[in-house]
Amino acid sequence: MQAEPTILEMRSITKEFPGVKALSNVSLTVSAGEIHSICGENGAGKSTLMKVLSGVYPFGTYDGTIVYQGEEVRFRDIRSSEAAGIVIIHQELALIPELSITENIFLGNEPRRGGVINWVEAKSRAIELLARVGLSDDPDTQIKNIGVGKQQLVEIAKALNKSVKLLILDEPTAALNSSDSQHLLDLILGLKGKGISSIMISHKLNEIEQISDSITILRDGKTIETLDVKSDGVDEDRIIRGMVGRNLESRFPDRTPNIGEIFFEVRNWTVQHPQVPERMVVKDSSFVVRRGEIVGFAGLMGAGRTELAMSIFGRSYGNFISGEVYKDGKEIKLRSVSEAIDNGLAYVSEDRKALGLNLLDLIKSSIVSSKLSKISRWDVVNDAKEFAIAEQYRKDLRIKTPSVERGVSTLSGGNQQKVVLAKWMFTDPDLLILDEPTRGIDVGAKYEIYGIIQRLAAEGKGVIVISSELPELLGISDRIYTIFEGAITSNIPAAEADPETVMKNMTSTKKKVAQR
Amino acid sequence: MSAVPEEKKKSGWYRDLGKMFGAGQSSGRQLGILGALVVIIIFFQIATGGLTLDPTNLINLVNQNAYVLILAIGMVMVIIAGHIDLSVGSIAAFVGIMVATSMASWHFPPAVAILLGLALGAVIGAWQGMWVAYVGVPAFIVTLAGMLIFRGANQFFGNSTTVVVPQSFTFIGGGFIRDFGPNTNYSNGTLLLGLIVAIVIIVQEWRSRRTQTTMGSQKAPLWVSIVKLAILEALVVYATLLFAGGRLGTSFPISGIILGILVLAYSFVTRRTTFGRHIYAVGGNWRAAELSGVKIRRINFFVMMNMSILASVAGMIGVARAGASGPGDGVGWELDAIAAVFIGGAAVAGGIGTIVGSIVGGLVIAVLNNGLQLLGVTIDRVQIIKGLVLLIAVGIDVYSKKQGRPSLIGLMTRNRRASEAAAGLEAPAVEPAENSAEASSRPKSTTPN
Ligand SMILES: Nc1ncnc2c1ncn2[C@@H]1O[C@H](COP(=O)(O)OP(=O)(O)OP(=O)(O)O)[C@@H](O)[C@H]1O
Ligand SMILES: [Mg+2]
Repeated sequence: MQAEPTILEMRSITKEFPGVKALSNVSLTVSAGEIHSICGENGAGKSTLMKVLSGVYPFGTYDGTIVYQGEEVRFRDIRSSEAAGIVIIHQELALIPELSITENIFLGNEPRRGGVINWVEAKSRAIELLARVGLSDDPDTQIKNIGVGKQQLVEIAKALNKSVKLLILDEPTAALNSSDSQHLLDLILGLKGKGISSIMISHKLNEIEQISDSITILRDGKTIETLDVKSDGVDEDRIIRGMVGRNLESRFPDRTPNIGEIFFEVRNWTVQHPQVPERMVVKDSSFVVRRGEIVGFAGLMGAGRTELAMSIFGRSYGNFISGEVYKDGKEIKLRSVSEAIDNGLAYVSEDRKALGLNLLDLIKSSIVSSKLSKISRWDVVNDAKEFAIAEQYRKDLRIKTPSVERGVSTLSGGNQQKVVLAKWMFTDPDLLILDEPTRGIDVGAKYEIYGIIQRLAAEGKGVIVISSELPELLGISDRIYTIFEGAITSNIPAAEADPETVMKNMTSTKKKVAQR
Repeated sequence: MSAVPEEKKKSGWYRDLGKMFGAGQSSGRQLGILGALVVIIIFFQIATGGLTLDPTNLINLVNQNAYVLILAIGMVMVIIAGHIDLSVGSIAAFVGIMVATSMASWHFPPAVAILLGLALGAVIGAWQGMWVAYVGVPAFIVTLAGMLIFRGANQFFGNSTTVVVPQSFTFIGGGFIRDFGPNTNYSNGTLLLGLIVAIVIIVQEWRSRRTQTTMGSQKAPLWVSIVKLAILEALVVYATLLFAGGRLGTSFPISGIILGILVLAYSFVTRRTTFGRHIYAVGGNWRAAELSGVKIRRINFFVMMNMSILASVAGMIGVARAGASGPGDGVGWELDAIAAVFIGGAAVAGGIGTIVGSIVGGLVIAVLNNGLQLLGVTIDRVQIIKGLVLLIAVGIDVYSKKQGRPSLIGLMTRNRRASEAAAGLEAPAVEPAENSAEASSRPKSTTPN
């Protein structure tokens, strides 16, 4: 692979935001036809570098030069970089949920005849593009009706339509389960075979190791090193060493569980789909949580884990049909979110942008927003307390920002996730439900978050972790429930939990489940 | 592990300047519009040969615009929550005619009539709030209906005639602070008011610096506070002398005092209380707000109800000023209020806006109206100019947001590095499309499930 010409060279890129130097003198060289990964902690500057490259931050707002296919380029906006064959798929998907697959693929790029959109052609081309990414869905399906995994593929189909030469994927698999991820990775490898280079950002180091040809590591806005995967014999530990500057001994902090009595119990929980009344999204599910226990919920995407959690959390999802919730032996009613919060429940959503945060808000206000009563008297918020608390969480969780008085939108994705965590830790819950808590979070921060989860458990709280990453569930849980098509199919203690058993129960129904 | 990114010093003075007028993400925009107001005032002061900042004219300005500014207070809250209210002009007119009739025909004393007006506003507000919050009809539709209903009601109950109100009632719309004490050539009442305001400003600044110290938060340097105080105090002294030194018998108008009290009260509510926080939360991302335990229906209900109550206040002040209530009262008020809010930096999609910004936006319109009239520009052309100003103000705002630069001032102090991306590029770049989709789906979730 030595002789490959370079397709892209970014030379000493420097990018500053008010008060933050996001990139300082970063250089990146990508050879034609390779898969080049960028690794680094949350806030290292990965997304920013890619936004510089793709014209989101136009020429003139950064220092340095970009040489693409042998020529210096100065992109004014995304359109001009797309015209050159550079397509970015952002960390947060940019599809329009109400529109169909076809409409999304051709948005802003519609095939026309005589000024009128030619939908017949659009549709047949959409089918063709979908086939190239391995999708056989009806192109008239609305985006909101297909899963995240498929949405990601539609994004790529959209990129292919723009005759992409350099594809940038910012955490493409963060929201995908392992089989969808694998499909996507295979697709990227396939594109490489067809001469399309890719730049990929991911915190899933196993994937990076699996598909990259070379890896550039960023730390605090600086290039640390570029590794050649084949010749340097790179493995995950090597990448981590580059990212955090030291070895990480293990992925999960040590812990001796101290599990107490059952204090939270859900019986025969059944929930109806909000639009399709005949569909039960959660079926007759029962489970328990003990004090000091970390309980994992395993299941495929769409199995109903999130729906189960949200419907318990103040009926935030679907139509409640039947079921009871008991806390400390007494039945409690959780008819609204505020009732749930008052009863000591907290739910950290998997979708931080849509459900977790108000992106217009300040960091400090976001952190206290779920329990303002804690820092107010006669409904007047105590600003000093708000600031002090936010500062405390900034230090505890290492939220990377110069000040908590900035907007949450100025944070990197992973740091926003930490703000959501802080927001719910602040409510001081007895039962904390975490839905994909480490999505988009770097290895070091993951370790910290596991530590926080364990600390909460050690304080006698119950924690439910919903995760699509099996190793994570296996590593952190004391017990795992598997969920398949809305029903709990098994209850596996940590000692008996291995990937095969869990996987098997995640994908099949089982008649009788021991509840405790 | 990773060090916190180092604070950049270069842009320091700029941000400090921004801090002069409140922290937060929108301070840049407010600063811009304030600058625009100052420029406009200076322009008209010169163009009219000093007529603009003349006591009589200023008193007129306050009297003529107090009710629109009061409407703007309620409107900005409605808009922050992600709604709109088109009915305020009609509600003001309907409440006006009922209050006037109650005094003229049923011989209610003014105080009782005012209570009746407020109660009427509350009932109408509850009615509209119910439709918006609990039935889930978009506020645009509910208040469009309200606009028709209450305009019709005004004419129905008033028989499309004009009802004159007693002299004692006109106090709230055309009255002045009473004078007392020795003859100083100035209105002593207004001097006293000015003194109180001046002291309050100093105490406020001192208190906010003290809290900042105890919090250990990023504090603006002392010189910023001093410059800020110097400017504000100079303004207060100047305005006080102007208002106090007018024709005999005039001084600071009562409607201005009502407005001032409302501005202070509502600024406090929106900035410091949980209710205020919740309004921003609902407008910024109602689904996240709901999942944070915010009772979004209740918030929507009270925001709409509050608007109607303020509309009734505005209506009564309008009637008091005119001395009578008629079928054409309040026509177009809603549009002036909405324009004030948007010129003042609120976002169409909700979640962003401030009371003070909207008042400044309202003053921009007021001064424009007034100055153009002084220059003898006819009403048709005034309207054209007002429309263009609205378009340009919001246009600049949107443009600078897209470019990641903070509004007018950002353009004026064009130091690219410093002004870059203060608004946070990530969110705004996708905001318009996304939020409009959200806005249209908003009513869905406010329906009971
Ligand atoms: N619009 C903005 N305004 C101010 N600061 C910003 C802005 N966007 C990013 N930053 C800052 O720049 C730094 C780099 O952010 P970036 O999003 O590139 O991180 P990242 O490497 O992609 O992290 P993650 O893995 O969490 O997604 C962070 O410190 C972030 O707070
Ligand atoms: Mg990122």
